Amino acid sequence: MWTVPVRTSVVVILILALVATTRGQDVTPATPLTLVSRDGRRPVPTALQNGREVVALDDVASLFQVALKEDTLAGGVTISYRGRTIVASANRPMVSVEGRVVSLPSPVVRAGGRWLVPIEFLSGALASIYDQRIELRRASRLVVVGDVRLPRVTANITSAGPPTRATIEIAPATAVAVSTDPGRMLVRTDADGLDLTPATGGGLIDRIRIGDQPNVVLITLTDPAGQARATVTTANNIASVLIEVAPATTSESRTPNPDTRVPGSESPAPTLDPREVIAATRTWQTIVIDPGHGGDDVGVRSAKGVEEKQVTLDIARRLRAMVENRLGLRVILTRDDDRAIALDDRAAMANNGKANLLISLHVNAARVPDQAGAEVFHLALDRESAEVVRVATAEGATLPTLGGGVRRLDLIPWDLAQARHLDESSVLASVLQEELQRQVPMSGHPIRQAPMRLLAAANMPAALVEVGYLTNPQQEARLNTDDFKTTVAQALFSAIVRFRAWSEESQTP
Amino acid sequence: MSLKAWWVAFIGGLAVLVLIALSIARMYGPSRPASPSDEPVASASSTTKETAHITATLFFGSPDGQSLVPMRRDVQLAETVVEQGRQIVVAQLMEVPPAPYVSVIPSGTMLRAFYVTERGDAFVDLSSDVVRAHPGGSLNELLTVYAIVNAVTANLPAARRVQILVDGKEADTIAGHVDLRRPLTRDESLVRDSDEK
Repeated sequence: MWTVPVRTSVVVILILALVATTRGQDVTPATPLTLVSRDGRRPVPTALQNGREVVALDDVASLFQVALKEDTLAGGVTISYRGRTIVASANRPMVSVEGRVVSLPSPVVRAGGRWLVPIEFLSGALASIYDQRIELRRASRLVVVGDVRLPRVTANITSAGPPTRATIEIAPATAVAVSTDPGRMLVRTDADGLDLTPATGGGLIDRIRIGDQPNVVLITLTDPAGQARATVTTANNIASVLIEVAPATTSESRTPNPDTRVPGSESPAPTLDPREVIAATRTWQTIVIDPGHGGDDVGVRSAKGVEEKQVTLDIARRLRAMVENRLGLRVILTRDDDRAIALDDRAAMANNGKANLLISLHVNAARVPDQAGAEVFHLALDRESAEVVRVATAEGATLPTLGGGVRRLDLIPWDLAQARHLDESSVLASVLQEELQRQVPMSGHPIRQAPMRLLAAANMPAALVEVGYLTNPQQEARLNTDDFKTTVAQALFSAIVRFRAWSEESQTP
Repeated sequence: MSLKAWWVAFIGGLAVLVLIALSIARMYGPSRPASPSDEPVASASSTTKETAHITATLFFGSPDGQSLVPMRRDVQLAETVVEQGRQIVVAQLMEVPPAPYVSVIPSGTMLRAFYVTERGDAFVDLSSDVVRAHPGGSLNELLTVYAIVNAVTANLPAARRVQILVDGKEADTIAGHVDLRRPLTRDESLVRDSDEK
């Protein structure tokens, strides 16, 4: 009856159909949905079957406290909750909910001993017999159960700028409070959670996502961002937050330009990607700023009576405010008033505070009035100390520990703690010099290495900055002005930002 | 001038030359190990003091105040290494350089004591004027410290390192910056050549 080719085709089609049916049973796990209820958030495991997302009825039973009863004879399953039932049959794209047929986008399947239904079953069928609202939000992969206020949040960068503008729309509207932290902005809502698709940023905005608390939108700013402002308006049951981020007035994030480096300074010029700064915020916690001299020790006193100890304290306070407000780091000042503090005590404060950085602030003096400009000092170990350190690190010592094994002891003398950080401090000095150079006059010898007493005992990258010469008449007139002190603090702040980025990056394995 | 007077002058001059030669031989020959027991010997060679000198290298501030400049100066010849060191430090403290060079030693600073240990550590004990009259500043302090350290180590081969004391005691710093708790070795990085010889 059939010709040979036709017969062959039929066989091939049958084989293909068989393969397709078998493959139709293939189930691969997918990213779980998140069930949000008054009780919290729980994952809803899902799988992909024939390109459709399905959920296993036994998972549904345990998550929603419904009963399952399989009818092997009829090839179906009954889902019941408080006397109300849903009947599903294998390979049929529909279920019967309390006698009413509800269609599903794909058939109910029995595979691997489990009943699988498309995820739309939750909102389309289960919601009808359940005593609480069940809402499926496919885009944000949420299953909202019960009386949970989970407004949808839509974030858009409307203009990359600068200034960078963005809108965040919250629907239905809730009460909104906006606060600004260094490098980020928080939009708090009066809701149980937020349904937000995380958005990549643009311009000065790095990312927009859910914060540590589920009802907070966190807007992280890129490093060159300065002041961020927000205005909130509500219309048509939608709360709109309009955000405007201005660029920073300082230059802390400019990538070092090799052309601007001082000839002869062979600094390893760390490069800065603003994202690294944001990402690495966890590592650094504390820095120490040391306002030089104090109390009876006035330091340098200029011809007109300007005292080094006042200038250093003033700059230190300005720098502290910048670092605390914009980087969120803890800042320890070795003195916050006019008092004499021994150098060892200053170093101890930094070491005990486990600071990641020490910057000591000073004002210079010269025998000749012409000498002017800022200088940065980092530690030079003299030959003898270097030898002590070399022997200590090479040989060390070991101590037996409880439970066997040995522990290696570090025998570097406490007052040579800086020996571990000489290379980092050298980088720090270069970064400080480069950033200062952009903003203030530098001396003809802007970086020096010397056996500085305070730096030697610092167990962290450390440098001493002489911001200018009080013995130079022009600098004397300028050093004690608000403008100069703020400018110096900004240059130091920029250097801290850059050095932190380099330091945290170089510590990452 | 009479012939007799010429003779007296000639013999006297010869005697002075012989004494100088002897002293130099003593300084650079196989010398005794320098130790604090060498002092004091100040009056031992009073007859030669007016005439016998060595040429020592002292260090002064450059016209721009940025570096140290070495200058050669006559310093009285001394009997012992320790006494010679004392003479050199006193010269370094007192000598006023020609303009535009500047002294980097606070005015009124006196040498209280000087000695050298067998390890080659020279101890320079300064009066507290060095602290009180110091104008401050890291660079100034570096120049003060290394003018002394370099003057001692450049002119006394027996001294390898220099520990500065103030009023007989170990000092942290002179003006709050430079670490004086350990003996310091010579630092050539601060030194720049002068035009003057």
